[in-house]
Amino acid sequence: MSLSEQQVSQIAYLARLSLSDSELKDNTKDLNAILGLAEQLGAIETDGIEPMAHPLHMTQRLRADVVTEVDQSELFQSIAPNVGNHHYLVPTVIE
Amino acid sequence: MEWETVIGLEIHAQLSTKSKIFSSASTLFGQAPNSQACAVDLGLPGVLPVLNVEAVNKAIKFGLAVGAHINQRNIFDRKNYFYPDLPKGYQISQMDIPIVGEGEIEITVDGEVKIVGITRAHLEEDAGKSVHDMFNEYTAVDLNRAGTPLLEIVSEPDMRSAKEAVTYAKKIHSLLQYIGICDGNMQEGSFRCDANVSIRPIGQEELGTRAELKNINSFKFLERAINLEVERQQDILEEGGSVAQETRLYDAVKHETRSMRSKEEANDYRYFPDPDLLPVEISNELMASIKASLPELPVEKKARFIAQLGLNEYDADVLTSQKSLADYFEATLEDNEKNAKLCANWVMGELSALLNKNQLEIDQSLVSPQALSLLVTRIGDDTISGKIAKDVFKAMWEGEGSADEIIKSKGLKQMTDTGEIEAIVDDTIANNTAQVEQFKSGNEKILGFFVGQAMKATQGKANPKLLNELLRKKLS
Amino acid sequence: MSIHTKTIAQLAQGLKNKEFSSVEITQHYLDRINKSDLNAFITVTDELAMQQAQASDDKIASGNGGILTGIPYAHKDIFCTQGVKTSVGSKMLDNFISPYDATVSHHLNQADLVMLGKSNMDEFAMGSSNENSFYGDVKNPWNKNKIPGGSSGGSAAAVAGGLSCFATGTDTGGSIRQPASLCGITGLKPTYGRVSRYGMIAYASSLDQAGPMTKTAEDAAIVLNAMAGFDEKDSTSAQQDVPDYTANLNDSIKDLTIGLPKEFFSEGLDDAVATEVMNAVKEFEAMGATVKEISLPNSAYAIPTYYIVAPCECSSNLSRLDGVRYGYRCDDPKDLEDLYLRSRSEGFGAEVKRRIMIGAYALSAGYYDAYYLKAQKTRHLISEDFKKAFADVDVIMGPVSPTTAFDLGSVKDSVSMYLADIYTLSANLAGLPGMSIPAGFSNKLPVGLQLIGNYWSESKLLNIAHQFQKQTDWHAKIPEEG
Repeated sequence: MSLSEQQVSQIAYLARLSLSDSELKDNTKDLNAILGLAEQLGAIETDGIEPMAHPLHMTQRLRADVVTEVDQSELFQSIAPNVGNHHYLVPTVIE
Repeated sequence: MEWETVIGLEIHAQLSTKSKIFSSASTLFGQAPNSQACAVDLGLPGVLPVLNVEAVNKAIKFGLAVGAHINQRNIFDRKNYFYPDLPKGYQISQMDIPIVGEGEIEITVDGEVKIVGITRAHLEEDAGKSVHDMFNEYTAVDLNRAGTPLLEIVSEPDMRSAKEAVTYAKKIHSLLQYIGICDGNMQEGSFRCDANVSIRPIGQEELGTRAELKNINSFKFLERAINLEVERQQDILEEGGSVAQETRLYDAVKHETRSMRSKEEANDYRYFPDPDLLPVEISNELMASIKASLPELPVEKKARFIAQLGLNEYDADVLTSQKSLADYFEATLEDNEKNAKLCANWVMGELSALLNKNQLEIDQSLVSPQALSLLVTRIGDDTISGKIAKDVFKAMWEGEGSADEIIKSKGLKQMTDTGEIEAIVDDTIANNTAQVEQFKSGNEKILGFFVGQAMKATQGKANPKLLNELLRKKLS
Repeated sequence: MSIHTKTIAQLAQGLKNKEFSSVEITQHYLDRINKSDLNAFITVTDELAMQQAQASDDKIASGNGGILTGIPYAHKDIFCTQGVKTSVGSKMLDNFISPYDATVSHHLNQADLVMLGKSNMDEFAMGSSNENSFYGDVKNPWNKNKIPGGSSGGSAAAVAGGLSCFATGTDTGGSIRQPASLCGITGLKPTYGRVSRYGMIAYASSLDQAGPMTKTAEDAAIVLNAMAGFDEKDSTSAQQDVPDYTANLNDSIKDLTIGLPKEFFSEGLDDAVATEVMNAVKEFEAMGATVKEISLPNSAYAIPTYYIVAPCECSSNLSRLDGVRYGYRCDDPKDLEDLYLRSRSEGFGAEVKRRIMIGAYALSAGYYDAYYLKAQKTRHLISEDFKKAFADVDVIMGPVSPTTAFDLGSVKDSVSMYLADIYTLSANLAGLPGMSIPAGFSNKLPVGLQLIGNYWSESKLLNIAHQFQKQTDWHAKIPEEG
């Protein structure tokens, strides 16, 4: 399995990254090399093996339904790139 | 060609918790923009989610109420996509193992009972809100809603008409309020529907290509949007075209659905288990205690209304269709159960009519159930007639006092003294000799004329039964 | 013996005995940082440090100081620190003044530590050489043409170069142990879930774990006491009591059984490194320990497994960096797409973009089973190998890195760089605690010995390391200056 430049460019878009022509070339090469490494996994028999998403066999702890947060919007918005009327602003989105 | 419509609904119900599903910020509606978006809701670098126990309990409650399988080990996944009102670039949801598995619910459409399958219901976090009309060049994002717990209830494609879909949606809406897990406020977005609509030639097994209708915020619009979509698909197919699988936005103002710029095209949500959250385990003990805490469900209540109160199927169905309506009705029965049928008639008749006219919900009624109960009692004990009661009820609605006060102040108490009524009957007969002749020559219908005249003379207060009896006796 | 060669234990003693004040030692470190060309820090918080030092001195004077009161340290720039820039080594967060404290930051503040600054690191902790930082390469104090290791390269260089008494680090695939090894210091990656991840900017959530980087095992125990503990803000934090990690440092290790995985001593391991590691193992034998050869058959697959799992998690974790609420936003975005594409492309460095793309691909429709799911299954097998091994041995030992520190700029392709992580990745995949301790030199460059323990065995690892450091002086060696 080998990725084409077109596929890499689609993957980049999926991750909202844009690549210049030379970056696209380099990344296609790199991604294929890394996926080549991943191909080694094909050699392992994993039928019937449970996938391991977490290193510990713990279960989810549940939090009491209590409101403890206070309004810190001024602090949070002081580091925002663009704010107006207490809202975060982005270029107009057409739905 | 004859077409069959196939509809499945995805309902997003905001669970009525105090705090968010993964953070301790408040879920209150209508607060200052972003004042309830804490570090976790904003997706600041480094923050982590911790699951709210009430969101889990409420989801289980729903599952038990629809007889669904509860997955006692369920998993949270990430659904990855970019959108300004989705702070982390992914929504925490449940994909492979949702908390609620298969269940079902019964609906009645045109007197026919139908079972609608529930495929699953899963927990997820709500997104924020994008405001497009606040600034000219910008979309403004308010993240107060981000992280509000949602239960997404997915039905099987079991509905065959817009009417069935609406009935199902209303049924779920009502059930959520019955079991107290969602306030059901559609204006505030607490209850939202997406409809998957497709059509196929009658007799065909295979499903047609479906369109997903979004942005529907009332039952009325749900019905309209589906009907509109069915027409659109029929037109396409009958002209030999094919329906595209896409998301369509319903525009209630223009009354049209339109494609959402092929929003789905580039979307590959890349679901995978959220590594910040661990598998949720639900013990048998917790299941049992939630089961024990379930209130009487609508289907149980309906059966009880029929068996215990002697209501008919239709009345019982209507009265249990909304929790607030059933609550009101049951409150009128306090110390008044023997008049249950009468109470039912009044709630479904006069009261509903006045509420509709004034565009009020049952819990905004200007007449309390206790007040209505007294009025019904006065009909039952023959203090007033049903006809007079309507006037009393109107006066009650206008705030003129209790049924007893109004009956007293307006002197509406029914005349039940035989002598008094007899005198009026005698007068009526004496003053209408021509009509007496007609009656005697066999025109039985003329009796109504006498009743009317006598009632008029008593300002409607004569006991109708007594009046009828006396008239017949005197005339014959 | 000058201030900057003293351990925490020694500084604490000196502070208590009024040999020097926290203000004095803090100033001493700040002067050294000022003169240093290692590029170990992204931000030096000199004013804050002097305030904290003064407050610590007051506290010591009133007799209320703890063991860490007034000790200057370097905090990896991955931990959120309220009011202080927290960049994760990325242009993306170059303007990010954190509005909140990480739980670890909070704990360290509670312990009255003096934060000298935020240490340099590979961008978003992705790298094994510290060459992926937006703030430039960090130099190895033992040889300034060499890499310090990564991703906690700034922390390792700061401790080895005498720029801080100790440092914090995080380890997702070896990021504490490998730079500790290459810089000749002691580094501990605790069991997953031991130290809270809240406020520690995520790279790969199921692998990330914070720990101390110190001069000695004793210091590591002291710092871990402050860092570790259950945190209700982290769902993956373990509800497990924190023992006093210094309590068992002096236990005898003569009954110790050491496992040497044969896979850790095969092809690819530098001969000189192998020799130093085996010499260290012999030292343990001399102390009475028994050595056994063991096998971790699936450890060969740690690299492909890790380089699928970690990128998958990071591709999602880094989606929040979108230029909307904080961090870098491109100039004059013409529409939303442009805002996303340019902010992210301009804000992230090459290696970060590569891993995001690998992850996005491995999770995408049609490839999920072949990559992500397959890797999570191999991860299970790797973890099972350890379970079997720990039925027979108390600790596993081996090299940390196949070579000593290599030349800056010498490894140019990603895959070759990834291969250097071969011995450290397995512990992260399994969630096990691991350490690197100084064990010798090759060509005047430090060689580290890796210890991998069973779950929650940090006390045991620290005990083993401390006993070794009582018998050897590798940990006490310091690089020449000038």
